[in-house]
Amino acid sequence: MIAEQFFTSFIASAAFGVIFQAPRNTLLKCGLVGSIGWVIYILFVESNIDAVTGTFVASFVIAMIGQFFARLYKTPVIVFSVAGIIPLVPGGLAYDAMRNFVQNDYGQALPIAAKVFMISGAIAIGLVLSEVMNQVFKKMRKRELWR
Amino acid sequence: MTRNHNVEMIELCLLIGRIMLQNGAETYRVEDTMTRIAASYGKEDAQSFVTPTGIFFSVSKIEPSKLVRVSDRSTNLNKVTLANDISRNITGGRLTLAEAREQLTEIDTAGSKYDYKMRTQIAAASLASGCFSIMFQGNWYDFLPACISGGIGFIVLLLLHRLFEIKFFAEFLASLCIGTLAFTFMSFGVGHETDKIIIGSVMPLVPGLLITNAVRDLMAGHLVSGLSKGAEAFLTAFAIGGGVAIAFSIF
Repeated sequence: MIAEQFFTSFIASAAFGVIFQAPRNTLLKCGLVGSIGWVIYILFVESNIDAVTGTFVASFVIAMIGQFFARLYKTPVIVFSVAGIIPLVPGGLAYDAMRNFVQNDYGQALPIAAKVFMISGAIAIGLVLSEVMNQVFKKMRKRELWR
Repeated sequence: MTRNHNVEMIELCLLIGRIMLQNGAETYRVEDTMTRIAASYGKEDAQSFVTPTGIFFSVSKIEPSKLVRVSDRSTNLNKVTLANDISRNITGGRLTLAEAREQLTEIDTAGSKYDYKMRTQIAAASLASGCFSIMFQGNWYDFLPACISGGIGFIVLLLLHRLFEIKFFAEFLASLCIGTLAFTFMSFGVGHETDKIIIGSVMPLVPGLLITNAVRDLMAGHLVSGLSKGAEAFLTAFAIGGGVAIAFSIF
């Protein structure tokens, strides 16, 4: 089950790397980042923890790995974070909300739309938090904090 | 520093900024790159203001600022990476102004030389569609129908986008096509759940990246670009939802 999810999310993330024209030598790494994030998310969901929390943790881990890869391979971090985030993105939910809206089923649509907002917020907070931590580490290493 | 040198440097900053923005780099990264390059040429107080549709750049307080309009945007991370390498070389002092401009112009005018072929992209989109239908707890019976309708939807999107400028309609018609195909498959008994097939196949069209980027920009204080990306994401989601909903109401 987890292996199946790992495999499909690996291919989906790498395929999105192709759609977004990521450099050829980064495609496998894109797939790896994406599948790690997705497996973390699935583990959270399967142990009945809220999807928003799972998304937050997964996107934080993705961004951390992305920043590590970015420094290692001297590539902008967006290459890895985009491909890694893609499986988590509430695209299916956004579609579901919109479908309910255009079918005049507002009562069903609104909670789904709120969930889309919460999940994309969780992704953004995960990304920003890892960036903030990165900056803090950098400054602590340079001793700028204690001057 | 001569006047001419100054003009060339400003042009270089605007060129690299435009290439990065057009190909999907984050606005803060574009701003950062431009001011860094200017600083490496001795202009410490250069200012840049980047929105998804245009770049303002001013090199010092007394000189006039310049503006570049960016009307078409796509995602090409390869070009962003190449431009990033060049900016790294400039700030590291390994490239002269003329060399940098030559390399950037080559990237800018290369067209699809560095890109994946269209058939590779279509194959990727259809493979991703199939995988997404599995990831959203679909049945393996949904894999192949999702691959086919996702691939065809992506072809429709690419072709229509070349035919006319308005992205909204290309997305609308592509998702209408996906919805129709999914229902057609189901009526022939191929596939397990219509919803999983549709969700998988619309993923290559969905503005997931835009939604996330919009929220991220808003949090970082880039209010203008956050709101405009949010509006773009909303329009795309509306187009996809509308297209699929029409397919629902027909069948």
